[in-house]
Amino acid sequence: MFRLMGRPGWTKPGNMERIPILQMGRLLLVTIQVDMHDRLALTLQDDLTEAITRVGARGVLIEISSLSMVDSFIGRMLANISSMSRILDAETVVVGMQPAVAITLVELGLELKGVRTALNVDKGMRLLDDAGGKGSEASIP
Amino acid sequence: MIVSREQQLGIREEVDVVHVRREVRRWAEELRFSLVDQTKIVTAASELARNTIIYGGGGAVKLRLVSNGHHTGLQLVFEDQGPGIPDISLALQDGYTTGSGLGLGLGGAKRLVSEFSIESKPGEGTRVVATRWR
Repeated sequence: MFRLMGRPGWTKPGNMERIPILQMGRLLLVTIQVDMHDRLALTLQDDLTEAITRVGARGVLIEISSLSMVDSFIGRMLANISSMSRILDAETVVVGMQPAVAITLVELGLELKGVRTALNVDKGMRLLDDAGGKGSEASIP
Repeated sequence: MIVSREQQLGIREEVDVVHVRREVRRWAEELRFSLVDQTKIVTAASELARNTIIYGGGGAVKLRLVSNGHHTGLQLVFEDQGPGIPDISLALQDGYTTGSGLGLGLGGAKRLVSEFSIESKPGEGTRVVATRWR
């Protein structure tokens, strides 16, 4: 049901230079579980944009509950992915942001306008379904 | 102000920013900052460490355990020998940047800590001191 996007690099053991992108029907799923340096964040942005076009994705779900910090760079990456996916006819939802991260982001001055968020994966999936991101395998019973 | 502990970390390349975040988190946990306060100081550290590379051409940060008689706190001193900041109040304005970022780094970092100061001399470098009291 899940398919790892065919990309060399992160399949090698110990190589964390790429964040894996999972494909489920016409949805792309990303769970960010490492403290990303800037280039890694940019690579994810490029990989996702490329994957959206390649598979004709209708939705992108980015799960960030493991992120203990979102600074202006990572925040900008999330905003960029959202706007790029929208232009490519896919909806992006960012899910699972820790409350402390949300509080800090607002104080930092980054309100992530234009980025759709949901509390958890379940709610995020439902948002994507409503947005028309239904892939044949995408809906969870 | 009494400095009871100090650790210096070099900031030369991108991965060092991650290293700085990790060490600041460790200190903030040890000092028993609340989770929100930990997140704020780590985020401020991340912004300032990135600035040290992009605008300062690299430098170092000193992590300090400080006390002012009433409170203990975590102080971060970022230093570089870069070109300096010609107009500090302009650099602190949200949205102003000479780089490619959002222009939130310096002003944002200032809002995330209790005390914040910048000294900069054109051609000699920049020193940013950020303190969060517990």
